[in-house]
Amino acid sequence: MNRFSYARASEVPQAIEQHRANAAAAFIAGGTNLVDLWRENVAHPEVVVDINRLPLKQIEPTAAGGLKIGALVTNSAAAYDATIAARYPLLAKAILAGASPQIRNVASVGGNLLQRTRCVYFYDAGTRCNKREPGTGCPALEGVNRMHAILGASEHCIAVHPSDMCVALAALDATVHVTGPDGSRIVPFSDFHRLPGDTPHIDTNLRADELIIAVELPKQGFAEHHAYVKVRDRASYAFALVSVALGLELDGDIIVNAQCALGGVAHKPWRDVDAEASLRGKTLNADTVREFATGLLREARGRRGNAFKIELTARAIERAFVMARQGSFEESAS
Amino acid sequence: MNTPTAETALDVAPSDVQRLPVSFDINGRKHQFEVEAWISLLDLLREHCHLSGTKKGCDHGQCGACTAIVDGQRINTCLALAVVHDGASITTIEGLAKGEELHPVQQAFIDHDAFQCGYCTPGQICSAVAMLEEGHAKTADDVRELMSGNLCRCGAYTNIVAAILDAADLADKGARP
Repeated sequence: MNRFSYARASEVPQAIEQHRANAAAAFIAGGTNLVDLWRENVAHPEVVVDINRLPLKQIEPTAAGGLKIGALVTNSAAAYDATIAARYPLLAKAILAGASPQIRNVASVGGNLLQRTRCVYFYDAGTRCNKREPGTGCPALEGVNRMHAILGASEHCIAVHPSDMCVALAALDATVHVTGPDGSRIVPFSDFHRLPGDTPHIDTNLRADELIIAVELPKQGFAEHHAYVKVRDRASYAFALVSVALGLELDGDIIVNAQCALGGVAHKPWRDVDAEASLRGKTLNADTVREFATGLLREARGRRGNAFKIELTARAIERAFVMARQGSFEESAS
Repeated sequence: MNTPTAETALDVAPSDVQRLPVSFDINGRKHQFEVEAWISLLDLLREHCHLSGTKKGCDHGQCGACTAIVDGQRINTCLALAVVHDGASITTIEGLAKGEELHPVQQAFIDHDAFQCGYCTPGQICSAVAMLEEGHAKTADDVRELMSGNLCRCGAYTNIVAAILDAADLADKGARP
């Protein structure tokens, strides 16, 4: 653990300036991941810039009929927000499937996007890890890899993104509003997180000194037909082996639109828009869904500890479609 | 004025270390400190306020033994930097009883024998008190799910759930929440 100093920001430009003043600065909101990583000797901030007093705690409708969620809205506040619960229940369910109530009470929406993998090697500063120390290697390739990626991995890193909330945001086609020294921009959710490639130490496309301001949801919330399926090693408070966020538009049994993101299987929430497009106009039945899952997992690669996740993912996808079709499944405790 | 100084046990702090003035309302009493940036709320409570009821279990956000109620919300104090929560009102296990009268959740834990070694109990009780305030727990399954941030290595879960349900009924009958 290293010592660090503390700066408190009251305005967004001030926060960015305080962050810019030190190359090893870190923004802190809930801090549930940063404090842990610092204590584990994985993160070494020299300055912690406290952004909790910034005016980013609103949940407000957008002109486009969607919803904008401030980056400092806590996970609990988002999950229990009446509008989100009613219009975007997929998001509410995904958030409530993640972490514990204590963590959700402080963890922010913006921070959730930036949380780091729970790969055991990344978290253990006594081991090699390309994500933590580029170029040192990846013991997970042949080591303990039960929780690791089956899609989009590289020979440099097979870690997965740990978030549940982000899986729902990916399925919902959210966008991320960021601002930095060079101005503000809006990043599509699918472009926010990165695959590991040969730069696994870079998790996201957020630029230096940029700050997440908000997450925006489009109008379509799939309130009628949606599901969040999370498969894990214990009934609650565990990271996903596999999770599926699914939003469906149906015309009777005909699929009008399907948006499906997977968690626990890749370095980012996994979408396959081509596979989704192939579902349009088809009748929703077991064969259609199995074919979709097979296509989506065509390039999946398992290793000793995680090969079981390929079939598990296919079955979780099937379950999500069944649940979404019913539209009334309450998954409160799984 | 004698302002207590909260020093870390990490190291011998050099004199140029940044010290930050913070104030808290802890169990109804005002406290002021100067803290280093990295002091957790848990260490502040235990080492500097000598409120050792709040336990350090994993120091990692995984066990819930450090749960206290901060500005009405149950949180893991081990993952909270004290300075980030400057100005907060904090209730710990020591602040739940009214004099000799135990909080209904405390009484229910005794009535239901809802602990064995007792180490997780302060966190369990603070978590349960805040959960009942949140108002999302309607069934025993809800209680199990919404108490999942508190582990009990003795495995007293059955009685913990029973105690919480009992306390919730008490609250329904007009007892102090």
